[in-house]
Amino acid sequence: MEHEHISTVFDIELNELRQSILVMGGKVELMIANSVKSLVDRDTPLAERTIALDHEINAAELAIDERCLELLALRQPAARDLRFITITLKIVTDLERMGDQCANIAKRARELNEDPPLKPYIDIPRMAHWAETMVKEALDAFVHGDSELAVKVCKDDSFVDDLNIQIQRELLTYMIEDPTTISRAMKLNYISKSLERISDHATNIAEMVIFMVKGKDIRHTIA
Amino acid sequence: MQQTNESRNEPILSVANLNLHYGDTHALKNINLDMARHQVTAFIGPSGCGKSTLLRCFNRMNDLVDSARVGGSIRFNSAEVNEPSTDVISLRRRIGMVFQQSNPFPKSIYENIVYGLRIAGVNDKTTLDEAVERSLKSAAIWNEVKDRLNDSALGLSGGQAQRICIARAIAVNPEIILMDEPCSALDPISTLKIEELIEELKSEYTIVIVTHNMQQAARVSDVTAFFYLGELIEAGGTRKIFTNPEKKQTEDYITGRFG
Repeated sequence: MEHEHISTVFDIELNELRQSILVMGGKVELMIANSVKSLVDRDTPLAERTIALDHEINAAELAIDERCLELLALRQPAARDLRFITITLKIVTDLERMGDQCANIAKRARELNEDPPLKPYIDIPRMAHWAETMVKEALDAFVHGDSELAVKVCKDDSFVDDLNIQIQRELLTYMIEDPTTISRAMKLNYISKSLERISDHATNIAEMVIFMVKGKDIRHTIA
Repeated sequence: MQQTNESRNEPILSVANLNLHYGDTHALKNINLDMARHQVTAFIGPSGCGKSTLLRCFNRMNDLVDSARVGGSIRFNSAEVNEPSTDVISLRRRIGMVFQQSNPFPKSIYENIVYGLRIAGVNDKTTLDEAVERSLKSAAIWNEVKDRLNDSALGLSGGQAQRICIARAIAVNPEIILMDEPCSALDPISTLKIEELIEELKSEYTIVIVTHNMQQAARVSDVTAFFYLGELIEAGGTRKIFTNPEKKQTEDYITGRFG
């Protein structure tokens, strides 16, 4: 258990900040799951709701940014408190980009749902599940200061990268065989790429968690 | 009592067109400022800007300075402080003060706390005992001194002595506590303890604090007022003042560009 600050208000403020990141992260996880679900289930109203949820993510980004600036100005945090707040500022940016990617996936799903499905969707839901888990674990690692879990998230990223390459290769064969599939295949390709980007953002968060816990920056060092 | 005037929404202190001269020196220039009940208001500004002088106007401490002349209005719960008929002793009981250098009396801890009550004629042992315990608990120092209440208060550390002075101010049930640089003689941890105490006290009291330490104003206050050369440059919510003040002078001061 961490020692509490002499200033109980500061403790409360830091906890509230932690909570608001979790709430924002929970919404992003939901967006990942639902954007792909709207594709698999051909559920366009769900796609619409997912696109709408992005506004809440954007609002959360603004609110958390503002709160961080206030805490920096008013509390003059030091050492791990300073790392926590500056990293929160960065995590929020990653989460917001994930929300954008999910909205993009839902928009492509809305278009794809107008046409007959190109193929059964198997690898894309798998990828979404991995990406969602990575986001969840990266945020768990952040909240609990768990650097081992953060390392696991960084390693999982290569699995999602591999899935993305596999999906692209498969879609390429569809397009070569039958040019009428190109439009749909390109959209699926785009969705796959978006999921790959989401797991990259989760990896960014995990790397920052390692910095927060250990004070050591491992970015751009893992191959 | 004038219940309507003391409703929570009315400012507890309201300063209007206040001017103060020390001889030929115009020390406070047309100050207008309201202070809300149960809030912490911090006065910041470079030395000589008038912030302590203004603080001392609230309980007429400037009466003790021969050359000081005060004009304008200070309303405390709507009653005019500057009125000659104001009972200054009663005023100073209701508006207590804590100074930069902790100044415990050369008496026991117990007698320090009950000093004001004894002067007010309270001698009942039970009442005094209760006041001591309540005040020391409120000042977050009860656990440290409860077993040695009869020891001299002069043997305490600086941080403890300052909390004893806050307890002494609380003992007479004031409405406002004025603090003039209460932490400038203390180490950082004692300072944080006083700041935490201020946070706890504001549910029962209104606090006005003068501080040279801008970061302290940022940490403890709800409202910050910035003074420069006897003028009130800007007053507003502390979050706003320390993240995006209106006036360039305020910004320059809080960012360490002049002062």
